[in-house]
Formats: sequence, structure tokens, C-alpha cells
Amino acid sequence: MDFLRPASWEEALAAKAEHPTAVPIAGGTDVMVEINFDHRRPEYLLNLNRVGDLYEWEVGEDSVRLGASVPYTKIMENLRAELPGLALASHTVASPQIRNRGGVGGNLGTASPAGDAHPALLAAGAEVEAESVRGTRRIPIDAFYTGVKRNALAPDELIRAVHIKKADGPQQYSKVGTRNAMVIAVCAFGLALHPETRSVRTGIGSAAPTPVRAQAAEEFLNAALEEGGFWDNGKIITPSVAKQFAELCSAACNPIDDVRGTASYRRHAVGVMARRTLTWTWESYRGARNASEGAA
Amino acid sequence: MRVNFTVNGRPQEADDVWEGESLLYVLRERMGLPGSKNACEQGECGSCTVRLDGVPVCSCLVAAGQVQGREVVTVEGLAEYAKDRAEGGCASGACGTGGTTLDEAQRWQAKGADSQTGEGVELAPIQQAFIDAGAVQCGFCTPGLLVAADEMLERNPNPTDADIREALSGNLCRCTGYEKIMDAVRLAAARQSEGV
Amino acid sequence: MTTANGAPTKITQGSKTKGGIGESTLRPDGTLKVTGEFAYSSDMWHEDMLWGQILRSTVAHAEIVSIDTSEALAMSGVYAVMTYDDLPAEMKHYGLEIQDTPVLAHGKVRHHGEPVAIVAADHPETARRAAAKIKVEYRELPVITDEASATAPDAILVHENRTDHHIGHVPHPNIVHRQPIVRGNADEAAKKADFVVRGEYYFGMQDQAFLGPESGLAVPEEDGGVHLYIATQWLHSDLRQIAPVLGLPEDKVRMTLAGVGGAFGGREDLSMQIHACLLALRTGKPVKIVYNRFESFFGHVHRHPARLFYEHGATKDGKLTHMKCRIVLDGGAYASASPAVVGNASSLSAGPYVIDDVDIEAIALYTNNPPCGAMRGFGAVQACFAYEAQMDKLADEVGMDRVEFRRLNAMEQGTIMPTGQPVDSPAPVAELLRRVKAMPLPPERQWESSEGADVRQLPGGLSNTTHGEGVVRGVGYAVGIKNVGFSEGFDDYSTAKVRMEVIAGEPVATVHTAMAEVGQGGVTVHAQIARTELGVAQVTIHPADTQVGSAGSTSASRQTYVTGGAVKNSCELVRERVLEIGRRKFGSYHPAWATAELLLEGGKVVTDGGEVLADLVDVLEDEAVEIEAEWRHRPTEPFDLRTGQGNGHVQYSFAAHRAVVEVDTELGLVKVVELACAQDVGKALNPLSVIGQIQGGTTQGLGIAIMEEIIVDPKTAKVRNPSFTDYLLPTILDTPTIPVDVLELADDHAPYGLRGIGEAPTLSSTPAVLAAIRNATGLELPRTPVRPEHLTGKA
Repeated sequence: MDFLRPASWEEALAAKAEHPTAVPIAGGTDVMVEINFDHRRPEYLLNLNRVGDLYEWEVGEDSVRLGASVPYTKIMENLRAELPGLALASHTVASPQIRNRGGVGGNLGTASPAGDAHPALLAAGAEVEAESVRGTRRIPIDAFYTGVKRNALAPDELIRAVHIKKADGPQQYSKVGTRNAMVIAVCAFGLALHPETRSVRTGIGSAAPTPVRAQAAEEFLNAALEEGGFWDNGKIITPSVAKQFAELCSAACNPIDDVRGTASYRRHAVGVMARRTLTWTWESYRGARNASEGAA
Repeated sequence: MRVNFTVNGRPQEADDVWEGESLLYVLRERMGLPGSKNACEQGECGSCTVRLDGVPVCSCLVAAGQVQGREVVTVEGLAEYAKDRAEGGCASGACGTGGTTLDEAQRWQAKGADSQTGEGVELAPIQQAFIDAGAVQCGFCTPGLLVAADEMLERNPNPTDADIREALSGNLCRCTGYEKIMDAVRLAAARQSEGV
Repeated sequence: MTTANGAPTKITQGSKTKGGIGESTLRPDGTLKVTGEFAYSSDMWHEDMLWGQILRSTVAHAEIVSIDTSEALAMSGVYAVMTYDDLPAEMKHYGLEIQDTPVLAHGKVRHHGEPVAIVAADHPETARRAAAKIKVEYRELPVITDEASATAPDAILVHENRTDHHIGHVPHPNIVHRQPIVRGNADEAAKKADFVVRGEYYFGMQDQAFLGPESGLAVPEEDGGVHLYIATQWLHSDLRQIAPVLGLPEDKVRMTLAGVGGAFGGREDLSMQIHACLLALRTGKPVKIVYNRFESFFGHVHRHPARLFYEHGATKDGKLTHMKCRIVLDGGAYASASPAVVGNASSLSAGPYVIDDVDIEAIALYTNNPPCGAMRGFGAVQACFAYEAQMDKLADEVGMDRVEFRRLNAMEQGTIMPTGQPVDSPAPVAELLRRVKAMPLPPERQWESSEGADVRQLPGGLSNTTHGEGVVRGVGYAVGIKNVGFSEGFDDYSTAKVRMEVIAGEPVATVHTAMAEVGQGGVTVHAQIARTELGVAQVTIHPADTQVGSAGSTSASRQTYVTGGAVKNSCELVRERVLEIGRRKFGSYHPAWATAELLLEGGKVVTDGGEVLADLVDVLEDEAVEIEAEWRHRPTEPFDLRTGQGNGHVQYSFAAHRAVVEVDTELGLVKVVELACAQDVGKALNPLSVIGQIQGGTTQGLGIAIMEEIIVDPKTAKVRNPSFTDYLLPTILDTPTIPVDVLELADDHAPYGLRGIGEAPTLSSTPAVLAAIRNATGLELPRTPVRPEHLTGKA
């Protein structure tokens, strides 16, 4: 094993180009476990801790460019307004110690369906900024997850940042685990309301081979909200709409039975979380809307 | 490979480090600092918690090579770290044991080595509180809990019970049922606010 | 003699206060433990030491066709590779009671993770790489995983040619031990029942999950022997099993207790002890072995999973008429403590209730599942889960309050156990229930705050699954009974060596035992006993080793009782000797030397009237008094193999719990809000430690109620979740406040009237939590742990 210690992003890209099998390590949450337990003996470890750019974020007009290694703790503390869904998801990641070191880049690199950030990224809308010595490209989050623990990165590419749309409406995130802290998701659900485009987006974790959106559910809800004039009248969403949305979210799952839970439970739980997060976000939207109406 | 970093204010060098070694292994097996514990080696128990540039992390998930040039504080250095902080050496904690001179650092040694009991050793308030409250049984989780609890009290001197539970939710204890640990943290917070 | 770095040193604790029994004196090892300087077994280090690694079977049941170690041996940095064929002595097996466990697999492997070969190398990574290079060819055999497959007509025998002392009375060679207990006539008594309830229950496989993984350091000695620094629960039991396999007499195997990072039964059996010694003797170098967490799940026995079938009857006024039960414990591939677990499960299967007519059977199976053995409260824990569920069902049938129904049928001093043994010390079962019920209930909806719901106090916790939706509160009660000490005729003794002398002008007592301090605070209590009995402030606790006689096991809630009793006894003998010296020197100066009852207090000899006769310093001068003596509790008897009758237990221990839970009934997530406990401890020698034990035991019971389970694939008998990622222990956010009400009713048979306390709280905690969840959901929930899919009908 060789330990590569690039001091800059350029050096990191060069090292990855020279050694495409090199395994990037930043927070160490996944990679060190595999090494400690002899599951993996990479030829090269590519340490990204010295690449300062990866720990920075920029809040732009429409989106946040979030460095791949910005620790979850920082996201919770600093980006709650811009990225509420991801901030909530960050708070569910493992333990305080791990949130202090792990970042979204690790979740994306590993691309486990159980990664906590994925549903929030899917719901908010995001692009992964991948870079190699050949150049930079932005991969839409919907195209990023290609299989179980597989992603769209080329062997010489590294994740530089994630561009996440700033919230234009309420976002929520829920995760089911069989423990009240420090737990891997049995399944997870992210929901974002986008009042500007009058649309909703979802993200489901740990209930399919990859993180997925519940697109049929989104389409149904978009149509139902439009038809009922909900975005304008700010009425309570009818139980039947919420129920059907939840059922469609369940139907978007393609889960397995494993030691963490049964497939049937995962489908059920995703439905419950979909209904609850819809209620929470919609109540929040109505509250904000009513407040602004009142002010006007 | 060779790794140079600062541990408890003292510059350290580790040679012939295997590239897959964790910071935990280097501390325990190469630096004679076994206080950080190896209970799960996958970030699920917090027993190996140390501060890396001031931030609590699981040292089992830090590759040795990643600490090059950085500052680590372990339970062995906690009393001194807390003392420096109390004396204003490091209000934020983010500066590590920044107040330690090289000379002091080189004279640093684990306290209590000349005593069979450690009696008379100067302890951090959180360490004393763990003893007084009965928060120590087998003690294997204790070092990690101390580092995590001390850092929480640094950030949040008046924590609610829910705050304490959240801050320590990454540290498993199998003996105590956590009640005495809660007592210990409350006790340390109370003593801290009374300036005792 | 070579000394390992990090070897334990003497612990001296001085105190200006009296610091005797009944006070919450602080741990003598506390400072070392909070500074990181307490040397646990995994912290041991020796110049030139090698690292040992174990190669374990990847399948559960297979013939070993071949083992090729040549590639591993050829690796640079590898000093030794050993298999069964390299074992040096005639004796190649070990075991607590039945020597059925091969040191390294021979011919076949019987469970997933069985040790097959061992390696010593100069770096743990080299050792791991070398172990991976050993080629083992297996021919897989069908797996035996439950009672049906174990006792099928064509079942493969897990152990052929059994010669142990149970084989004569078991109905099938795949049954380790069977214990029936018959008292009265259950069938006849059932006719008097107005209500009968039946239930089938399942108790999952729990792991001790002590945080300090199995580890130790073996140092070869110049005389051809070996010195082992080890974390264990019983040094002498280890020694008895280790020496014959090494081909060494016991005096050439020195053992010193290294720091123990928790035990809970999981260190009662050997793990890496023999392997480290074998490699040290083979290489002539010190060898350290440290399991990682994955290996630890294979490196020790677990709590027996159990199927329990119960029938209870009651009259319409709520009196229990009879009980029938059948308890099937899965012992896995090797016997370990299975026979004793069967004894406890059967003899305590009726719980702390008066039931005159019982028909009981408990068995433990041999299967290809992971070996199961000792864990806190064994046998009694599984039974309590089932009989307490039955009590709730029956109370509901009768139409009585669940607590009042229990109190009506509660045993008391004088009650006759199903084994025919009278309970001859206080049994305040009804009182414990009354007390735990009388505690104020925690306020409702504590999670509500001005800023909305605090998810940290709701089911799901930080995962943000509910802001109150679907949340229902439930309350449940349970009570249990556990035996204290080793039972069934076992010669359960402890040894203590106590020395008294003047050091630096002060009388000092030294207590030397082989007691394994595993966190329970035995060292604290020994010093307290010595202060009380010898009137000294300074007490030194000598490291535990095999240079003194056996202290028995740190298990069965027995250490304070038995080794504490031994320390007390040896202190009394020392005191007598000191008083003799005093009489010799000063007897002529004061008549009280001859006539009064004399005590040692505050460093002086005093009369029971408080008159000071002499300073201990003057009595002893430069003389040291040292006595090593064995002490044993009252003898017990084996249970009759046919009727189960016999005075098998020495003492019983009782605890009651009330659980308050909040269940997210839609998602099946549980938040335990409070877990209150009332326990009779006889006499609290150290109240702070007593409460710590009760809270810790309670939390382990909570774990098996809602999250902890080793999941074994029924098709392959392989463990599916050997990690802390998927074997979940309660975190501080899962653990509620645990108010404890301690009752002290002396047992006149026990030292200071004390009662063993460590296990009882683990019994009733689990059924109380389950009862509370049933109360919240209305579901039957016959298995534990209960998982979200069980609460939502999605299993």
C-alpha cells in the first residue's frame, strides 16, 4: 500500500490520473473500516485532508457549491437556511465524531444506498462537480448513482464539490433506524417543496439498489397541487392526496430483506415518512405563506 | 512511511508506519499512549475519541498519514489541556495545546507514572467528576467519553440533559446504563459554572 | 522473571475517613481509568513481542479435507503457524464443564468462526496476511440449527462418542443436558383453574458486547513455563483448562489479571488464552493477541436463544393453580455453560410466585449455531421474559390489575420453590412491586417544547421520524428471581490472603485475591471490608493473580458474597492473630484484653465500649500478620435428574421494574422514557456501586428488549451481523432515566446480610419494556427483541 499526500487539488488530480486505482480518503468513515477489517487493501490511499479547497463552501445566488469534504457538522451549523434538507440529513449521520470529519463527498464516492445525504440531495436537486486532469464536468444527481455502491465517476475523476439548489421552500428529511442515534438507515426519505417552480422533489434511501426519487409520486403530487390550486390558496392538503402520495412513494421502493429490516417494512416506513414529511413541509409552506400574506 | 505530528503538545515522530495503520494504532502501539481504546475500530463506539486540531474524532477512522503536521489531544493529555484552557491558554479549544512551549512539551509525560494510584494527580474537572459520580466501572469507554464530554462543556457550559445525550450519543458504554455518566457531566458543568 | 510493560501494579488507597462498608467510597482504580493509564489486556506491551492471529472457519459445519500452511510459513515476518497437528500435549480440548472444545479444529468444524489455525508475526498486518494465505479445504455438512433438525431421526451428531456425565440422561446425543422438575400434580391442579393461558415465546441471541475485546499477552519464561496477562472472569478456571493443553504443570503457567474491559459472562470461557501461550512457547517470544470487534463476535459464547412454551392457570379470585413449561435453549456447537443454564432456567422457570403444582422441562441443544454460554442472569433471563408475559395475560383474563395479580401470588420468605427448596431469607417480591408502582410517573409529552418537538426525546430520536404523530405511551411491570452463586452442589469457594503490617508508621492492610475485577467494583468493596474489619485507613489491593488460591468466577452475582466473604473471613482471622499479639504484649496492663469484646477501629484496638487499649502500630511493631484462607457459602445439592428436587441454590435475588415507553405505532419505533427499578440488595456495601450495577443491568435488559440480537442465518448457521454497525447496543439517547429504589433486608446467611445484585436487574427489565410496548400497541409480541417490523405487522 502506498499513501499519497497531495498538498493541493491539482496534485490530487494528478495523483488520481497517475494511479486510477487509488482510493480517495477524507473523513475515513468508510475507507478506514474496510482497512481495519481487512475487507480492502487498496494499492494506493489518496489522502484529501490537505486539500483546503474541499473544505470550503460558497453560497451563490441559486445554489451552494459545497466542497466535497465540508464536514456534516459544518453543514448543520452553517447551511441550515440554504440547505435545510441536507442539514437535517447531516444531523442523522452516525455520531458527532463522524459528523466532525465526514462529508458529502464520501457519501457520493461510496454511493451506498444507505448514505444519509443522498435523499436530501435528490430532493433538493444537485449536480456533482467531478474533475480530472482532463477537465471538469457536472453530473446531475439523478444520473450519478449507477448501481449498488457504483457511481458515474470515471476512474481518474475526483469529486470536487456538490452544487445544491438553495431551498426555495420547506424541506424535510426523515430516517428510520432501530436506534435513536448512531444508526445506519433502514430507510430514509427526503422531501423538498419548490414553490418557485411549483414542484416537489423526493429522495429515498436504503429502499432500492441505489438512492432513488419517487417520480410517479412527485408527478401525482405536482398535478394534485396544481389542480387544487394549493400553491395559491394554501389549503391543507387533503388526506386522500397525502395518502396516495405516500402509497406512490412506497411503490417507488425496490427494497430487500436484510439484517436491518424487511423489504415490506421499508416500503411501509417510506410511505409513513412521505406522508409525515409532506405534512410538515406543507404546514411550513402555509405558515410562511400566511405570514407573508398577513404582512402584505 | 514516517509521520510527524503533535500529541498532547509534544512533537512526535513515528517511523515505519504501515500505510493502512490508523491514528489509533499509532498512538497505542507506537507512542505508548494506550489510553485511547480499541473497542470497535469502525467508528461505532467512540472509545478511541481524540481531538484532532481541536475537533473530537474517532482515531480509528483517521489514517495515520492524515495526521501529518496536525495536533492531537488524547485522554492522557486531557488534564493539561483543560488546565491550559482554564488559564486562558486556549479559550476556543481550537488551538490545541497551543500554549505549550516546546520545552514544556518535551518535558511532558503521562501523569501518575510514579504513583501506584494516580492519587495526587491533577485531573481535568470532567475526569474528577467521572470518579466522584461513579461513572467509571470497567472504564473502557471512559477515555473516549471524557474527551467528548470535555469538548461539549467547552462549547456548551450549561447543557440540558438532551444536549448531553446528543453530544455523547457516539460513545457506547456497556456497564453503567449512562445514568452515572449523566450525573458526572452535570456535576462537571455545575462545578465549572461555580468556578470550583 | 520478565515483567510485561503495563503489568498491573499494586493499588493503594488511603482514606482519612473511615471508608468502611456501607459508604460510597470511590474506586481505587478510578484515577488510573480516567487518565488512560489503567492497563487493559489489550494495552499490554513487551519488547520483541509478536502478534498472534487466528484463522477461523468460514462455514458452520464441514469436514476439513486439508490445511496447507506452507505459503503462510514462508512469509517474511512470520514466526509460527500452528494447527491441531502442532498441539504439544495429549490433551487437545478444553471446556468449562465438558471438555468438548478443540483448541484448534480437528477433522471438522462445528460452527461459523471456529479457530482452525494460528499465526505469530512481527506486525498484526503481517499476521493477518499470513492467516489469509492458509488454505483450508472444507467439505460442507448439513447444518443443525434447531430442535427439529437436532433430534431428527437421521440427524448428524454434533459430537460423536460423547462420554460426558450428561449423556446417560439425555434423550438424544444432540441434547447437552435435560432437567425436568415435577412438583405436585399440574394436570390435577389445572382442573381447579378458571382461566388458563398458554404462550409460545422466543428469546433472541444476545451478545455480552463488553467494550474491551478479548486480548492478552503471553510471555515465555526461563523455566519453560509461560506468564499470561489476561482479561478473564476466573483466573483459576482458565489455568485449569490451559495447563493440560500446553503440557505444563499448573505451577508453570503463571497468570496475572490484566485490566478487564467488561465481561458480563463473555469471559467465563477461554478465548485467545491457549492460542497466545502456544505461540509464545513455540516462538520463544512474547505474543500478544487482540481480537477486533468482528472477531470478538466469534470469540466468545453468547446468551442462549430460547423457545419457551408456557401454560399457567388461575382461579377466578386470581390465585395461580399450576404451571407447565418447556424451555428449549440453543447451546450451539459446544457445551460451555449450557448445563448450568438448563439448571437455572428450569429451577427458576416459575418465577417469584407461589405455584405448588408444576411440570417443568428445560433442555439445551447441541447445534451448529454459535456456542452459547454465560451471560448475566443466564437461564433466568429467558424464563422471566416468558413467565412475566404470561402473568400479564393471566391477570387480564382474571380481570385483575397486573401488579395486584402478581402481588397476590408473590412468593415470600418460607415459600417452597418448584425444586422443593424453601426460600429461607427475605423475599420481598410484593413489596418491590408496590414500591416500583408507587414511584411518580414521568410527565407526559416531555418532548414538547416552546420551539416544537424535541426529536431527541421522541421515538426515532435524531433521525427525525416523528414530531408526535403516532406516538402512544405504554406502561409495563415485571419482577424476577435469580439465584446467587454457583448452584447444584458446586463447591463454590473463594480464597483471600490478608496481610497487616506497619508501613511508614501506619497500619496497612493488603488484600490479595484472584478475584477478577471486571468493572463491578470488587476492589472497592474489598478495601471497605478490610477497613471495617481491621480498622485501618490504608488498604492495598494486590493485583489478582494465581499466586493466591482461587476466588471463583466473577459471575452469578457472587463476588461480593463469596470473595467478599473470604476477605471478611481472612480479615477476622488476621484480627484474631493481631489481638493475640496484643494480649501477649499488653494483656497484663488492662483487664479488658481478657474480658471485653475487642475491635480494631481507627488504627487502634478498642473495646466494644469504645475504650482504647492500644495503637495497632504498637501491637504490630515490625511484625506482619498474613493469613490466606478459603471461605465457602452453605453447600448446595444437585437437582434430582428425574424430579428436579433438591436444595440447589444458596440465595435468591429479586428486582422489579416499571417501564414507561413511547411507541411510534406507525413506524414501530420505541423510546423508553423511564425504566424504574426496585431491588432488595440485603445490604448495600457500596451504595453508589450498587446503583451503578442496577442501572447497568437494567440497560442490558433494555437492549435485548428492543434492539440487540445476533442474527444467524437458519440455512447456513452463519452469523449475519458481527459488528457494532448491525449489532446495536443502546446509546445514551436510547437509555432513559433509571430511578432506583434500594431495599435492604438482610439475609442472615450471608456476610453483612448482603445479597448478590448484579444479575437480577437484567431479568425484569426486558419483560417490563415488552409489557409497556404491548400496553401501548395492544400487540401480543411473543419474541424479543421486538423490531419495528414486528410492531407494524411487516415482519
